[in-house]
Amino acid sequence: MASMQSLDVVARSATTTPTPQVRTAAPQVAKLIDESKCIGCKACQVACMNWNDLRDDVGTNIGVYDNPVDLTPSSWTVMKFFEVQPKEGSLEWLIRKDGCMHCEDPGCLKACPSPGAIVKYENGIVDFISENCIGCGYCVKGCPFDVPRISAKDNKAYKCTLCSDRVAVGREPACVKTCPTGAISFGTKDSMVAYGQKRAGELRDRGFQNAGLYNPAGVGGTHVMYVLKHADNPALVDLPKDPTVSPMVSLWKGIAKPLALAGMIGAVVAGFFHYMKVGPVEEKAEKEEA
Amino acid sequence: MARMLQRYDDRERMNHWFIALMFVLAGLSGLAFFHPSLFFLSNLFGGGSWARILHPFMGVLMVLAFLGLAAKLWRANVVTDADREWKKHMGDMLRGNKAALPPVGKYNYGQKMVFWAMLASLLVLLVTGVVFWRPWFAPYFPIDVLRVAALLHSIAAVVLIAATIVHVYAALWVKGTTRAMTRGTVSEDWARLNHALWHKEVTGGR
Repeated sequence: MASMQSLDVVARSATTTPTPQVRTAAPQVAKLIDESKCIGCKACQVACMNWNDLRDDVGTNIGVYDNPVDLTPSSWTVMKFFEVQPKEGSLEWLIRKDGCMHCEDPGCLKACPSPGAIVKYENGIVDFISENCIGCGYCVKGCPFDVPRISAKDNKAYKCTLCSDRVAVGREPACVKTCPTGAISFGTKDSMVAYGQKRAGELRDRGFQNAGLYNPAGVGGTHVMYVLKHADNPALVDLPKDPTVSPMVSLWKGIAKPLALAGMIGAVVAGFFHYMKVGPVEEKAEKEEA
Repeated sequence: MARMLQRYDDRERMNHWFIALMFVLAGLSGLAFFHPSLFFLSNLFGGGSWARILHPFMGVLMVLAFLGLAAKLWRANVVTDADREWKKHMGDMLRGNKAALPPVGKYNYGQKMVFWAMLASLLVLLVTGVVFWRPWFAPYFPIDVLRVAALLHSIAAVVLIAATIVHVYAALWVKGTTRAMTRGTVSEDWARLNHALWHKEVTGGR
C-alpha cells in the first residue's frame, strides 16, 4: 500500500523525523488465531493468494501436510503441522497458521536502512512498501520470527500485510473472512485479547491446563496473536518462547549508529583543530638549502 | 635542488590509489546503509538498490588490492623495540615536537598501527560481508550468523574509516608526505626529519 497519504504512519524505517500521523482515530487491530479450532484446511492460504493475487511455484511433497514447506516470497501464510507429545504417551496434532506477527515493536522496521520501505500504521499493521525496498535483507536479521522472504526474481522482501488494503476500508483480512471454522478472528486489539483469554479459559476448563494467549511482551505484544493449547511451551509449534529483537540488531541499529557517526565526524573535527593549534610538521632545513 | 629519494615505485602508487578510490566508493555506499542521515549517499550510485548491488563488488576489489599492497609492505610494518620506544613519545609527536622523537625506519609506530588496523578491519569486512552478501551467499547462513556478521561488518567499517582519517590527516599534517604517493619521491630533508633510519638505509649514510 502507498503509505504517506494515509496520514496514519506512526513509524517509518530509516526516518529520523516524524511521519504524517495526524489521523489517530484508528483503533489498534489484531488477528487472533485459535489453534484449537483450526482444522488445517488451508482455506486461509488460498484466500491469501487469491486476494493478494499471488501464485507460488508448485513445490514438492516432503511427506507431510505442510505445503509449501515454508513461507516464501509469494506464500505469505502457511499452515504448519506438528506431531508432538506434550506429555509422555499423549500424541497431539497441532496446526499453526504461520505468517507475520505484526509486532508492536517491529525488528524488521528497526533494522531496515531504506527510508519508508517498512512502515507501521496507527492501527498496528506493519507493512512493507516494496517500491522502497532495496533488497539488502536487513529485515530478515531484524525479525525475531523469521518471517520476511526475499524474492529471487526482484530482490524485494515480502510478507503478510494483514490485508492492510482491506483493513483500511473497513474489511477484515482475507484469511479471516474465509476461515470456515472461525479459528481466525479479527477486531480491535483489546477485544481480541479479551476473546483470546476467554477462549484460553474455556480450553483450560476442558483439560488443557496450560492453554493461553500468545501475545509476547518482548516485542511489545503482537497484532497477530494465537490461542495455544500449550502456551507454556510455544516451541511445540515452532514459536519462540520469549521473542525479542536480537541484541545484535539493537546494538547495531541502536546505540552503535549515532555513536560511531559522532566518532567519525569527531575525528575529522579533532584533526582540523589539531592542525590549527599545532601546525604542520615541516623540515626546517628546507629554507636554508633553497 | 635538494636530492630526492624514491619511496614508492609506480606499481605501489597505482595500487594505493586504486585502494583509495575503492575505499571512497565502498565507504560512501556503505555509509548510506549505516545511518538514515546518510542514506542520500545512495543517490551517488543510482539509488538504494544500485548502492546495495555495487557496494560488495567495490569492497571486494578494495580488499584484494590492499592484500596486494600489504604483501609488499607488511615486513616493513612489523613492530620492533624501536617502535615501542617511539610509542612512549607519542605525546611529543602530537605536539609537533619532532626533536624529542627517537629515529624510526620506513614507518613509525603510528603508521604501523594504521597498517595493521586497516588489514584487520578489511579482512573482517571481507569475511562478514561475504556472509550477508545478497543474493549470492546470505541464504546459506543461519539468521544468527547474519546478525553477528552485520554487526561486526559495521564495527570493522568504523575502525577502517577511523584509521583512514588518521592516515589522511597524518599525510596532510606532515608536509612533504603526500608527494611520496603522488610522485613517488620525497625530499632528503623530509626523510632525515621523519624517518632517519630509513634515510640512512637508502642513502647508505651519505
